[in-house]
Order: sequence, then structure tokens, then C-alpha cells
Amino acid sequence: MNADSPIADDLAMSGSCTRAKVENFLYHEAALLDGWRIEEWFALFAEGATYEVPPTGDGDETDPATSLFYIADDYVRLRERVTRLLKKDAHSEFPRSRQRHMVSNVRVTALVDGVADVACNFVTYRARRGVVDTYYGQHLYRIDCNAAPWRIRSKRSVLDMDMLYPGKLSIII
Amino acid sequence: MSIVAALPDSSGAYAGMIREDRERHLFRVARQAFTDEAVLEAERRQIFDRCWLYIGHGSEIAGNCDFLTRSVGGRELIFNRDRGGAVHAFLNTCPHRGATVVRESKGNALSFRCFYHGWSFNVNGRFASRFEEGNYGKDHYDGGCADLVQVPRLESYRDFWFINFDRNAVPLPDYLAQAKEFIDLVADQAEAGMEIIGSGQQYIIKANWKLLAENSVDAFHGLPTHSTYFDYLQNVGSLRMGKGFDASANRMTDLGNGHAVIEYGSPWGRPIARWVPAWGEETRDVVQRLRQGLIRRFGEVRGLRMAETSRNMIIFPNLVINDIMAITVRTFYPEAADRMAVSAWALGPCGEDAALRKLRLFNFLEFLGPGGFATPDDQEALENCQRGYRNMREAGWNDISKGMPRAGAPRNDDEEQMRCFWREWRRRMTAAA
Ligand code: FES
Ligand SMILES: [Fe+2]
Repeated sequence: MNADSPIADDLAMSGSCTRAKVENFLYHEAALLDGWRIEEWFALFAEGATYEVPPTGDGDETDPATSLFYIADDYVRLRERVTRLLKKDAHSEFPRSRQRHMVSNVRVTALVDGVADVACNFVTYRARRGVVDTYYGQHLYRIDCNAAPWRIRSKRSVLDMDMLYPGKLSIII
Repeated sequence: MSIVAALPDSSGAYAGMIREDRERHLFRVARQAFTDEAVLEAERRQIFDRCWLYIGHGSEIAGNCDFLTRSVGGRELIFNRDRGGAVHAFLNTCPHRGATVVRESKGNALSFRCFYHGWSFNVNGRFASRFEEGNYGKDHYDGGCADLVQVPRLESYRDFWFINFDRNAVPLPDYLAQAKEFIDLVADQAEAGMEIIGSGQQYIIKANWKLLAENSVDAFHGLPTHSTYFDYLQNVGSLRMGKGFDASANRMTDLGNGHAVIEYGSPWGRPIARWVPAWGEETRDVVQRLRQGLIRRFGEVRGLRMAETSRNMIIFPNLVINDIMAITVRTFYPEAADRMAVSAWALGPCGEDAALRKLRLFNFLEFLGPGGFATPDDQEALENCQRGYRNMREAGWNDISKGMPRAGAPRNDDEEQMRCFWREWRRRMTAAA
């Protein structure tokens, strides 16, 4: 994180959660992913955090303990995912794709004791070898705003596509 | 111009796409077989219209009046259970003027109703509308002309259901041949039976469908393609190559009719029933009990084989059952010569211990599926092959000769299993229309 930027100052502070601050946080996350700075991206997660992409069309309550997801990482596997993707032998991302993460319609849907539930829409483009893949849907976050800087406790990316047309989920959408 | 179009007798062209020379230990496949739309059209007629194709598992329509819709072999089908529990497969098209009758992907219903003009059907397919007199005659009500059309053949083995569009096809058990024994090794894992877990994964691979048939039983690519997966196993303490890792289990079996299986000692954990340290001490006892249960039911040899060894099986043409770090059932169908739609499911024991079920799904995702640590690299490999075939005019042949000079049984990381597939492909493509 670039400590000189005003956004970084904002993020470095704990406490009061406003939509504007949440948006700054999410834009910062998107910028890290756009730049494939995925180790820094991983550092946004709190210890014990989870990262999930549930099956398409299965509703909000679906649980990786009883249903087959596309991705259901605990904290260790998320770290390993990042480690793997940075290797040249992660063939699906070598040579690396170019990505652009769009985030909008940000809403803080609950705020209890400084822990915020956040929903936003997303579109992520992945371009590689003349093919552009589009992923779209909704991100659902639980963010600990008491931590300084804020930390993600869980992130679930719910796809709206009725099947995974791009084929792979070899990036962080 | 393609070979196919250039020759008046295309069956001769298909025979020429496979070159097997046992003396020189050469087995080559023309790359045109992966790229030519005319080949795909012939495959639709000669293979997909005549082979037994997997439609689904009985557990997916467990209750009476459960239904699901599925694309199989290029058709839109309804797979359902009627009020009495009998299983059906219907062509999902209205006998009136053709609309698909069922539009949800799954559900439970006492009847089906086409929304266009309102014709309705019992879940056993019989026409159920009662229009005012004068609208329709006897043939509609009693003659069957307004009933849903059944898929010509529907049979099952151990609750794996298959359909066939060829009325004269051999019975399913004959078709499956020795593959039945290996389906048993999966179906026998739980006394309560096995079930599909959740709704499965659906994704596209931009490559010819036969590349996935080959890849699904290819042990040769394991280390080079999936080194990052093995690094992961190592990092988290899931790699177990020492005690209990039995390289003598490694073999390949030709199951007949183009089906083949490779079998090998597992480097990874298996929820049935090979524990690895990464799962934590708390699961160790449960897994040990499962293992003892298998030995009690099937004896030391078969019990340990079910617990320890992994198996990748292709059932010709497009069903894969891989019993590896989890069990995946996978089928795929070509949308074009260079594009396939894949459906993959997780299979597990009915009534599985909740902690083990969670572990099974967690284990599945460490390797399998579009977000796993291995499958995306398989997809990448397949798509790279397809891209490489753009050069086929000058570089026209694939080589799958590995292991041909070997004396004795083929190894699991040889390519004999693919040669089994391709010999069957040639036999069917050159059979009389
Ligand atoms: S097309 Fe189904 S009722 Fe007319
Ligand atoms: Fe693979």
C-alpha cells in the first residue's frame, strides 16, 4: 500500500465505517488485483478468513460443507492459492492474463460493533491471447473495521452467470 | 480442404486418421480428428447417437416426482421419477408444436405443463389435458400421439443412469463390460449407497471433447502439469508418499469397448479412507473406522484397494469417473469441434459423517474444478493443444506411443488407455451407417 496516497491514510485508520470509506477500501482491493499484487491483496484478509465462489444459481444460504462450490478456501488455502498463482508453473496464468476489476452499487447491509457486512456488484474482465472473459455477479464481504488497517473476514463472490462460460477461475475475480 | 471432403469414402478417411504400427512402436492420431467440423458431424451420428451416454445419478431425483433437465448427446432431456417411483427420460419438446415443456433445471412436480398453448402431461409422460369435446380426437387421448416422447433406451447400473438413442443398442451391462467392476469399487464404498452432492459444476473448455477424454486418464502429465498442486500438498502436510504408498498398485486395465482405467497409489488423502496429517487428529479415528469397515466387508485386499488406491476411468465416449482425492463424475459434449461443455459432480456416501463430508468437498476443490489447484492447468493444456493444431497442415499428427515397446503389462503412466479409446473411436467411425 502506498502510504502517501490519501486513500491509504483513510484505510490505515480503524473505526467508523461509512460507505465512502468502504468504497475506498474496495477500490484499493480492486487496484491490487488489477496489478496482480496478490500478496498485498492476501494481506487484506484477517487470519482465519474465508474466500468462496459458490455454485451458480444455488441461492444465498448455500454452504461449502454440504454443497460443491467452485472455490471454498480457508485462510491457509487462500495463502496457498496466492503462492501458487505467482509461480511460473501455474500454467493457466502463464503468461499472465490482463485483468480489470469493476466494483459498483456498494451497500453496507449491516454494521454490528464495527464489523460491516458489505454487498457490491462486480464485473471482472480477463484478457489473454485474444480472448476476453467476463465474470459478473455480487461480492459479499464481512469487514472488520476495528482493525487498523481494516481486514476482510470473509469474501464470497456470487456469480450471476448460469454456467462458467470462461471455463477457468484461475484469477481472483 | 479436409481429408474427409477430399475422399468419396469418408469411412476410409477416419480409418486413416489412426496409424498404429506395432513393429515400430508408433501410434499416431491425425490432428484433423480434433479440428474438423465434418468429423464432429460424423461423431454425432456414429458415436453419440449410438453409444450409451450418462444422463445422471439416481440420487439426483431421489424422491417421487423429482425431475431435472439436462442436455445429453445434443438433445434436451427431462430425467425424472414418476408418482410410483419409476425413472423416465423424455425428450424435452412438446408434442404439440415443439416448445421445451420443462424450463427449470430441477424441481418436483405432479405434472408438466407446456406454457405455450397449455398442453399438460402426467409425470409418466401421458397427455393429461382435457380440452372441450370437438378439439381433439381419440388418438390424442388414448393413442399416445400427444404423449411426451421417451428417449429410446434408458438403463442403469448401480444407480448410474444411461440413455441410448439407438433402439438396437446392446444392453447397458454388455456395453459397460469390465467397467462394471470399477463402478462397483465406487458404488460399494458405502452400505447406504452413494449420492451426488449439491448441484455440480458447469463450465466450458475451448478444446475438442476428445482432448478431455484423453486427459482424464492421463497420468503422464501429472507431475509436469500439476507441480504447483504437489507443492501445495507438500506445504500443507497432505502429501503422503511414504508408508501406505504402494507403487505396485500402479496399473492400467483395458475394460473393453473403448473403456479404460488407470490405478495407482495415492499421494494425497482420500475421504474413503486414507488419512493425511493436514486433516487434523480429530478426523483420524473416523477415517480409520471407515477403513476397517471396508476391510471387514470386502477383505484385506479389496478393502485396502478401495481405501488406498486412486482410479481414473473413462467410459467411452464421454463419461469419466475419477476416484481420487474425492470422487468426481464428469461428462462433456462438443458444442463445436473446438469447444465443449463440461458438467462435473462430486459423489459421496449417503449419510456421510458431516465432518467427513465437509472434508470430502474441501479435498475435491484442492485439485478439481475450474477454481481448483489443478484443473485450470488441465484446461490450459487442452486449449494449448487445440491452438497448436492450427499448424496441422504442416505438423499433422499426435503421438500416443508411450509404453508400446514395454514388455508385459502397460503402466498407468503409459498411453495404452488412450490407444484403447482411439481404437474404439476408429471402429465406430468406420462402422456401417
Ligand atoms: S407447443 Fe406446447 S402446447 Fe403448444
Ligand atoms: Fe490433469
